Amino acid sequence: MAFEGLANRLQNTMAKIRGKGKVSEADVKEMMREVRLALLEADVNYKVVKDFIKKVSERAVGQEVMKSLTPGQQVIKVVKEELTELMGGEQSKIAVSKRPPTVILMAGLQGAGKTTTTGKLANYLRKKHNRNPLLVAADIYRPAAIKQLETLGKQLGMPVFSLGDKVSPVEIAKQALEYAKNEHHDYVLIDTAGRLHIDENLMDELKQVKEAANPDEIFLVVDAMTGQDAVNVAKSFHDELGITGVILTKLDGDTRGGAALSIRAATGAPIKFAGMGEKLDALEPFHPERMASRILGMGDVLTLIEKAQENVDQEKAKQLEEKMRTMSFTFDDFLEQLEQVRNMGPLDELISMLPGAGKMKGLKNIQVDEKQLSHVEAIIRSMTKEEKEKPEIINASRRKRIAKGSGTSVQEVNRLLKQFEEMKKMMKQMTSMTKGKRKGFKFPFM
Amino acid sequence: MSFFKKLKEKISKQKDSVTAKFKEGLEKTRSSFTESLNELVSRYRKVDEEFFEELEEILITADVGVQTVMDLIDELKKEVKRRNIQEPKEVRAAISEKLVEIYQGEDGAPTDLNIEDGRLNIVLFVGVNGVGKTTTIGKLAHRLKEEGKSVLLAAGDTFRAGAIEQLEVWGDRVGVDVIKQSAGSDPAAVVYDAIQAARSRKVDVLLCDTAGRLQNKMNLMKELEKVKRVIEREIPGAPHEVLLVLDATTGQNAMSQARQFSEATNVTGIALTKLDGTAKGGIVLAIRNELNIPVKLVGLGEKMDDLEKFDAEKYVYGLFADLVDEA
Repeated sequence: MAFEGLANRLQNTMAKIRGKGKVSEADVKEMMREVRLALLEADVNYKVVKDFIKKVSERAVGQEVMKSLTPGQQVIKVVKEELTELMGGEQSKIAVSKRPPTVILMAGLQGAGKTTTTGKLANYLRKKHNRNPLLVAADIYRPAAIKQLETLGKQLGMPVFSLGDKVSPVEIAKQALEYAKNEHHDYVLIDTAGRLHIDENLMDELKQVKEAANPDEIFLVVDAMTGQDAVNVAKSFHDELGITGVILTKLDGDTRGGAALSIRAATGAPIKFAGMGEKLDALEPFHPERMASRILGMGDVLTLIEKAQENVDQEKAKQLEEKMRTMSFTFDDFLEQLEQVRNMGPLDELISMLPGAGKMKGLKNIQVDEKQLSHVEAIIRSMTKEEKEKPEIINASRRKRIAKGSGTSVQEVNRLLKQFEEMKKMMKQMTSMTKGKRKGFKFPFM
Repeated sequence: MSFFKKLKEKISKQKDSVTAKFKEGLEKTRSSFTESLNELVSRYRKVDEEFFEELEEILITADVGVQTVMDLIDELKKEVKRRNIQEPKEVRAAISEKLVEIYQGEDGAPTDLNIEDGRLNIVLFVGVNGVGKTTTIGKLAHRLKEEGKSVLLAAGDTFRAGAIEQLEVWGDRVGVDVIKQSAGSDPAAVVYDAIQAARSRKVDVLLCDTAGRLQNKMNLMKELEKVKRVIEREIPGAPHEVLLVLDATTGQNAMSQARQFSEATNVTGIALTKLDGTAKGGIVLAIRNELNIPVKLVGLGEKMDDLEKFDAEKYVYGLFADLVDEA
């Protein structure tokens, strides 16, 4: 059973309602049942879902949905709005202490990704805010945790403060602060050992570290894949430490991430950042609206657009548009396009961001094979300049040569040539459609 | 004889220390789970629709998963009708019975590790980031050594900073050798080296660590396939076990993990870690139900000997200990 998006779920209910002149209270109730299931499947905590449904139901029954001509759409709209609101505004701001250094304490369960996130956050502070952070290795329990932070420090070219694993974290924190003051670091990031929220001794230790370091921010690092227990974990950490913000990790996976909602509801603390990959620059500000779409299985178009804008050269795009209009689109242009798309990241990741990607049968199980793309690239690169510009001259013997040169088969070459022809045809249709009506036809991925 | 009585008798015949460990390790899990169950049972006079709704809630908060819970509830409703159960108390027994049934599976796929004497056994560990692969390997190495087997570790996580060192610390603690290359090298090459070393040293078991990877990263999954291919090529019939390490706090995404890792490496069992927290790891029910992958090991604490072979009856005993003792 794959996850189904809310829109998908609601379709069945809507089919029943269609034809009826008016939506009844019972219909709304049925729709709410689907909303409830969608949220539970996304790992939102049961109690949080309950409260949420109650709130949304009130709004839905209170006219908004029942009077609407498109109740299904309306329900989704209301649900999304409420979700976004619940997760708070965008707030990726980090505290700045009036008396530097600003101290940030990182806490969380084992394996949440504290050490990696500490490295990423330091990188973020330096890159976006021009800061000079000091990393502090206070995880004295997990084997080689200190080494891990030191390696990250080396990769970033940042100093790591460590006293080995025989000194207490409280002492490490104290001395690190002294060191930071002397060395004029404006931020101090303290990485602590992962611990269970029910481990009283270790939670006490964390409280002592807090007392000693007097942090300006206490970030709880949480794995986005966490299930129903997220509420208990977040609540315990919050009760013991008073967290000031949350960082959600491993959001580059395919989890819906309902934990985000649970944590927010349980602590009221804002989610500030999201870990989006293995690289040290893969830390992004948290966007509640996008998260709401994701939890509901509605894709993440905004991130997709952002990625496209980051990677597509506007100037080149304009030239391309011109070429398409004049039908002078060649294999060279095709290759360039391909590269731009590939720059945006793995294709299956991009597809997963499209709304309804999970719904489309063809796309659901699509395994975008990056290798296939490499083959296409190899084939094009094995063509002569003339062939790339005038593909129509590619006859049987040329095909054979291209296949040989690219290490593929004649069939693959044929397939590509055919696809290219069809693409050109499609472009012709598209450009003639937009001709005159509006200038500035946009190429997909712009 | 009631189900609990049977279970109690069976368990009292077995080694006490292991049962105690399950009981202790699952204390938090159990107390919250049974508390809510007991509370439910005592609050209701009769078994009605509302009762089942609340039961559904309890199971969902254990991360069992919406679909499995609904199936379970449907079956329970049938059972209640068939046996003409009126008392909520009696449903309690029926629930645990069903749980054990699901855990054990219909075809009874073995929950024992496929490790035999007289051959080189290879166990490959896979899973997403931060689930506890390296720690589980350390604990299993300790366990196997206690059983008198010779063990070798392969440092196949060449990606994460400090991962090789972490495995080496475990190697020192347990007293087994670690075969490694430098960080960033090809994990398949490390595993290949380790197999050669294991052969020439004639060790019984080789445990292969791999880097954590999210299951939707196709290139990383391909890398894992390659590691497995190298093992298959070198030793026919190997890897004898591919263990997916799962964090008990993980929610519904665990299903996606089980599915994708199985596709890439044909997972033969699950090691469920961090069960000493408040999470219940109920998703393993759904995984067993849908993909027929059994849980083989459970991590019940931070100490070296806090890894146990999974036993469905003991697990359910751990969840329902108070009720069993009452019987």
